[in-house]
Parts: sequence; structure tokens; C-alpha cells
Amino acid sequence: MAGTTTAQVLSSVRVRRLIIEQSKRAHVGHIGSALSIADILVALFSGTVDPEVDVFILSKGHAALAQYCVLAELGLMTHQTLDTYCGDDTQLGVHPDHTLTGITFSTGSLGHGPSLGAGVALAKRIAGKPGRVFVLMSDAELNEGSVWEAVMFAGHHKLDNLTVILDNNGQQALAPTAEVINLSAIDELVARFGWACRRVDGHNVDALTAAFDARAPGRPLFVIADTVAGKGVSFMERQVKWHYLPVDDAQFAQALGEIG
Amino acid sequence: MRKQFVSTLIDIADHDDRVVLLTADLGFMVLEPFAEHHPDRFFNVGVAEANMMSLAAGMAHEGLIPFCYSIATFASMRGYEQYRNGAVLHQLPVRIVGIGGGFAYGTAGPTHHALEDIALMRVQPGVGIVAPADDGQVDRALRDHYARPQPMYLRLAKETASHPELAGRFRWGRLEVIGDGDIAIVAIGSMTGVALEARRRLHAEGIQTAVAVAASIAPAPTEDLVALLSSKNACITIEDHRPVGGLGSLVAETIADHGMGVRLVRCGVTDPTGETTGSEVFLRRRNGLDVDGLMAAVRRVALVPA
Repeated sequence: MAGTTTAQVLSSVRVRRLIIEQSKRAHVGHIGSALSIADILVALFSGTVDPEVDVFILSKGHAALAQYCVLAELGLMTHQTLDTYCGDDTQLGVHPDHTLTGITFSTGSLGHGPSLGAGVALAKRIAGKPGRVFVLMSDAELNEGSVWEAVMFAGHHKLDNLTVILDNNGQQALAPTAEVINLSAIDELVARFGWACRRVDGHNVDALTAAFDARAPGRPLFVIADTVAGKGVSFMERQVKWHYLPVDDAQFAQALGEIG
Repeated sequence: MRKQFVSTLIDIADHDDRVVLLTADLGFMVLEPFAEHHPDRFFNVGVAEANMMSLAAGMAHEGLIPFCYSIATFASMRGYEQYRNGAVLHQLPVRIVGIGGGFAYGTAGPTHHALEDIALMRVQPGVGIVAPADDGQVDRALRDHYARPQPMYLRLAKETASHPELAGRFRWGRLEVIGDGDIAIVAIGSMTGVALEARRRLHAEGIQTAVAVAASIAPAPTEDLVALLSSKNACITIEDHRPVGGLGSLVAETIADHGMGVRLVRCGVTDPTGETTGSEVFLRRRNGLDVDGLMAAVRRVALVPA
């Protein structure tokens, strides 16, 4: 973390266990999406994101549980607060709320993050302020036209303080993304709009960290993180149904056993 | 009004470097002076209103005050959800500048007629809505209120306008009342000229009216409305907008909320879809939103005993 130190070392295993435990306690789904981004968040918040000057936007708001768990692991949220997830009178809904410390923008409607991030990045440039902007989005969000408006804008304006990370897990709510809107050459598409593009294993924290650092002057950075929805729990991996389902007692025990 | 907006905004931006102007590729022969004065704070984002609204939210989060310029229909509708989840939800100082409220883009046809924009903005919490009557109000409203912390919608007419009776007065959450009489005409900014002319002619017929200019739609001028209507036999609202959700609804809600017994007639756009198009003058006349139409509405209530 540029200029700062992290009190605790983030562990993907710890974050995944928390995701399963909170999903079970609250009896809510979106588990597959949260597990998909666990390693990306661990990489981002283990030194890449400087909370003093950087801005992080979770465009795929439905995976906010993963971000809550990271905030709790970093000591930025108490575990008592985490235990209010999806209860009554809580700030911790399925989708993130900006009134919560550590959350910059409320999200949940897909395709907003890249434009919000481009706005923050442009404002930083205008005001001569330091810091990078990181947007984590899902591959299904590529269906949204507003994403491409932002991709065109950020490329044209050479917003090299903007990084978009694509959680490329190949799944969306009803079907595999390739069956819904098949985009086979995302890297070529974004490169043509003036972005630098890196493609990495989205579950390799060191590779992710290196990709986030591999910036190119005058180009926003697009990191395609190849991931597996439900990563770490065998019966959830690459299963569309785990976009929605909560776990029962037997599944809960098996999931924790596999995560370790 | 567009040119007054740009002229005042240049002046404000000279003294406040937080002000930036975004346009979704509109404003030919209008925005150029701003772009020349402040090239580093002018961005044509392209024909991409949804992106413009989220960009603005992001910029406002970083401390800037972005003005988002387009024709009122596109400005208020194409990025509506981005505005709702961005500027409104986070209460950020994003300003939507909708040009050509009502039928201002007459012959351009129904895709360009902004007849629901006020209604859409009114239902969003914490949004200031300003519909000035003339250039003087544009200047006053901008200078006094451009830096307010909440989001704002400015509904501007295309052409220049000046009503000496207003003398450039604009107050946040207030009405500007001109004259007095048994009947109140409450006009949205853009209908002020029609209302004032109807008032003059009705006076000659022996019917006395007070014209209340509602340029601050939100916050609603509730106290002023209650005070005004408590001494009136009848109230006519006039707006170049659908009768649902706009000024007429606002006045109806105020009357109901305060248990008032004043008779209300709401004049608004009642054309069904699929009608022919034409000039602003023609379209207003067809909907009874011209001087003759308003006078006829006032006469009808004036003839009925209270």
C-alpha cells in the first residue's frame, strides 16, 4: 500500500469463510459472485489501493458481501456490524451503501461504476489531485450500454489514473455469458478504445497485483481477471444457480471444509 | 435564456474553479463562449447522457460542481436512473440544465417536447427544481444558488425573455407575486409572459387577478402558496407540462394538505399522443396555454360564485 501499512494481512481463505458464514447466518444468496471476487479484493486491499488518495468502486454491487468481509478483516468494520448483514435496520444490505465507512458509492444497478469512476478520475486530473480509481465490474455488465459510453470516454480522455477490473467469471444471472451476449475478444475491443489491457488469473493474488501495477501512460488500464464463479466450493463452481441460492446446513459444512 | 445561463456561468466559473460544464453534444452557438473562457473545464462527453450523469456524480464527489447540459427531454430522462442512484442518492451538487421545457422545440416534434420533466424531478427527494421566468431570474438563481450542496434541475427556455415586473427577483422556495385580485394565476416560469398578458387584459374586463410566478418548484413555495390562496376565490395553474406531477399537482397537493377550500383549475398539456406537431405558439394554443385560453379559464371561474 503506497505510503501506508496494513495492520492485518488479508487472507483469501478467511474472506471466503466469512462469506459462507454470513450467507448462512443471513440466509441469502449471491455467494457465487462474492467468492468470484474474493482474491481480486484481497489483491487490491493488500497494498495496491491507498485509502488515503485512491477510490474503489464495486460496480457489481451484488457481491458487496465480499467487500464487507474484507473491510471486517482490515479492521475497518467491526464483526458485530458484519453480523447485521441483511438484517433489519442495517447499513449492510446485499448491495453496498455509501453511508458505510469504506464504501464510496452506493451501487446495485449494473453498469454505473465505470462512468462514476471516469468522473472521479477526470475530476482528480482537473484538480491536480493524486490517486488512482479502481472499478471492479462483472462480465455481465458488459451488456450495459453505459459501460461502453464510459469505455469510449475514458479512452478518448486518456484517463490513465483509472483502472477497471473485469471479474470474468463467464456467468450471469440466468445463463453463461457466452450464451447471452458473447464477447469473445474483450481485450481487443477495449484496446481499440485506447485502453491498456492485461489478462490474468483472477485467483492468483500475486499476478493480480502485478497486473494492477502494469500501467501505461496515457491509457486507462483494463484488467481482465479470469475467475470462477463460486471459486473454492466445488459444488458452487461454475453453477449459475449459486448466483441466487443460500446454503443449507449440509452445504454449509461441506463449503467450510473445502475452503479450509 | 440559454445565452444568459452561459454568460452567468462564465462569470461564476471565473471566480470558482469547482464549476465545470458538461454537454451531451448540444449547445451549438450557445456554449462556445464558455469553452473559450474555460477550455479546461468544458467537456463535450458525446451523445451519452447516461455516462454524463454518472461522470458528474463522480466529479461532484471529488468536490467539483458539474453542470450537465442538453435538451430538456434528454437531460431529464436518458440518464434518469444514473441521476437517481448517483447525484440524488448521494446528495451531490450535480446540476442538470434542461433546455427548452414544454413546447420550445415545437416543430422538432414530440420526442423533443419536455412535458414530464418536472414530474420526474419532483418525485426525487432533495432535488432543487428551478424554472425561471426570464433572463434576470436565470442570473439571480444561478448566482445565489449554484453552490448549494444538493442536486438541482434547471428548466430553461431557449429564447431570451424579460419581465420588468419581476425585476430579476428570484428566491429559493418562494413565489414572486405580481398584482392582486380575487383570483390567483400561478404560472410556471416559462408561462409567465402569458399569465401577465392575460392579467392585463382581464383587468380591462374588470376581473382582478394576482399572478404568482413559481420559478422555485422545489423546494415547493408552500408557505407562500397557502398565504396567497387563503385570500382567493379561485386558483388557475398554468404550465407547459402535463397536468400530472407538475405545478398543478403541486398546488393541488398544497390545497389538500392544508384543508383549503379554494377552487382549483389546472391548465396543462392535454394533447393525446399521436397529434400533429407545429410551432410552440401553435401547440400552446391547441392546449389552451395561450393568453386567450388562460383568459377563458379565468372567466369561467370568475363567473361562478365562490
